[in-house]
Amino acid sequence: MAQLTFREAIARGIAQEMRRDESVVFLGEDIGAAGGVFKGTVGLLDEFGPVRVRDTPISEQAILGAAMGAAMTGLRPIAEIMFADFFAVCWDIVVNEIAKSRYMTNGQVTFPLVIRSGNGGGLRFGAQHSQSVENWAMMIPGLKVVVPSNATDVIGLMAASIRDDDPVIFLEAKALYSTKMDVPDGEIVDTLGSAKVLRKGSDATLVSLGYMVPRALAAAEELAASGIDCTVIDVRSLVPLDTQTILREVSATGRLFTVEENPRLCGWGGELSSIVSEEIFYDLDGPVVRITTPHIPLPAADALEDMAIPSVERVVTTVTKSMNS
Amino acid sequence: MTTTTAVSAGPTDFETKLDMYKMQVALRQFETRAYDLFLENLVKGTSHLSLGQEAIAAGFATAMQKTDWTFATYRGHAHTLARGVPMTPVLAELLGRSNGLMAGKGGSMHLTSVEHGVMGSYAIIGAHLPIACGAAWSAQYRGTDQVAVCFFGDGSVNIGAFHEALNFAAVWKLPVVFVCENNLWMEYTRTSDVTAVANPAADRAAAYGLESIIVDGNDADAVYDVASAAIARARAGEGPSMIEATTYRHGGHSRADPGKYRPDAEVAEWLAKDPLPRYRARLLESGATEEQLSAIEAEVAAEVDLATEEAKAGGVPGEDLLMKDVWANGGSAWRN
Ligand SMILES: Cc1ncc(C[n+]2csc(CCOP(=O)(O)OP(=O)(O)O)c2C)c(N)n1
Repeated sequence: MAQLTFREAIARGIAQEMRRDESVVFLGEDIGAAGGVFKGTVGLLDEFGPVRVRDTPISEQAILGAAMGAAMTGLRPIAEIMFADFFAVCWDIVVNEIAKSRYMTNGQVTFPLVIRSGNGGGLRFGAQHSQSVENWAMMIPGLKVVVPSNATDVIGLMAASIRDDDPVIFLEAKALYSTKMDVPDGEIVDTLGSAKVLRKGSDATLVSLGYMVPRALAAAEELAASGIDCTVIDVRSLVPLDTQTILREVSATGRLFTVEENPRLCGWGGELSSIVSEEIFYDLDGPVVRITTPHIPLPAADALEDMAIPSVERVVTTVTKSMNS
Repeated sequence: MTTTTAVSAGPTDFETKLDMYKMQVALRQFETRAYDLFLENLVKGTSHLSLGQEAIAAGFATAMQKTDWTFATYRGHAHTLARGVPMTPVLAELLGRSNGLMAGKGGSMHLTSVEHGVMGSYAIIGAHLPIACGAAWSAQYRGTDQVAVCFFGDGSVNIGAFHEALNFAAVWKLPVVFVCENNLWMEYTRTSDVTAVANPAADRAAAYGLESIIVDGNDADAVYDVASAAIARARAGEGPSMIEATTYRHGGHSRADPGKYRPDAEVAEWLAKDPLPRYRARLLESGATEEQLSAIEAEVAAEVDLATEEAKAGGVPGEDLLMKDVWANGGSAWRN
């Protein structure tokens, strides 16, 4: 057991897999000598050398195109897109090339690759460096979407993503990079498509992802103090989606609240709400309520950004109001 | 700038030259048949033919090793066939049949045959240049001597991915050969009307520290020569090359486009430079007989007829294919 930050867990997860598999290579901007702009890849260049850990030009299409071409010819590349907002400049490679090519070729090619990216707000960077884009990735057939919420899960889900034979979009909440926890020693390998029940309650189920997970947990503590006992789920991967766990826990409490960082329209909670209403409608005791960032670009000023992203307080008041109405 | 001279050697042995002729004839006759089938409404959707551009596909494919990789565009029938993919599955794919190269899931614009080194035909302009870099990177990393050859049109030189890939390949010294098939036209707009330099690819080469190479793309021997040199360079670890091959498409951009936006005189000038009669005349001069060449042409005609029959006889792809192969496990499930 050792105390590890979320950012240190990234390097540990990648290193764990690079040690066991020569075909794992890593490319991106400032990832090598600089150790990553968020210091998430410190030490990898020293351990694995410049042939396996390669700094690239500022060319997002080239980075992801190279990852794709390498993946279809025998490597297992990890590519970094520094900020998730930058997916917009290479989205063609992700959506039209990586995601569609296996299907189009009747299964002739596979793409065992991971695209890691710093996602979401909380750092006061303004609209072009803060968007939470998990809903962009979730809506594309052919992509897996993984969003860890703590250091141990970063390592285990990173390993599972690298070992998976399909393309995985691995979104790291920038606001969580400095969070710490005790992480077990030794190899950690997790499973994609397994949501975790972090807290069991009887009144309502809060389903959360990434940066919103610690907030949902904190809100559940406060709600418990005022007599509302909540289950909290960490979704962990949007694709594949562990609907069994979610449906079971929503059925048990009769209420679903989603806590989402993505802007409201077409956020992942919308899909979840539709699944719940189609499949367990008669288990519900009240409406599904979505707590999301409003449908706006994210503002920079700390005061404004704090109003936009769902806070513990907003979760508590929304749940309380809905449960008492 | 290197511009190839009038005398091009081509492959040294005569058999290979005959094979290269046969390949061009095959591409010509296949594309002609594909056009006829389109007019019969048997090729649904779209199709982009390489009529007039056969010498580039034939010259490169002849210069490549079996283990090398082709990356093509939606105008990819010729490059796919040139690597040895049989006609029947290609034609059947155009017809949307279950015996198609991808069982009908890709269509004309996405021909792929990994077992023949055809690593895909890509229909987003410029996108496959970075992907070819990735394959080349993999060869470099794994220490194989494979080379990636990436074909694209003259209209593709003004999109970002082109420039990102050229720089990337140059700084990483990747074994990749970029081939611009300059047929002067994009879809319906002349490339020179919207491009800042006269030679769309070659004039950009210097920006990436590459030699500027232009070749007569209607001369299979000349193409073979520059292709061999560039591929050898890449194989030897000396990095990427870019080749601009000048050519002309005899037909329209796609489907049944008659290409009327092009001046008659220009079309006539280029039809006179048709790569097939040129190569045929050269073979006759160097000792081939009329009977020999006619026999090749007849053999190809029979092949195309047989492929047409077999493709038409192919079944309709079944519903079982619809939900298959999104994921590596063969399925498409996104939830449990
Ligand atoms: C990104 C993108 N923009 C536009 C198109 C539509 N489009 C398809 S082919 C084409 C012309 C391309 O011309 P060129 O690169 O010269 O290739 P050619 O068709 O002559 O082989 C265009 C504009 C596309 N497929 N992708």
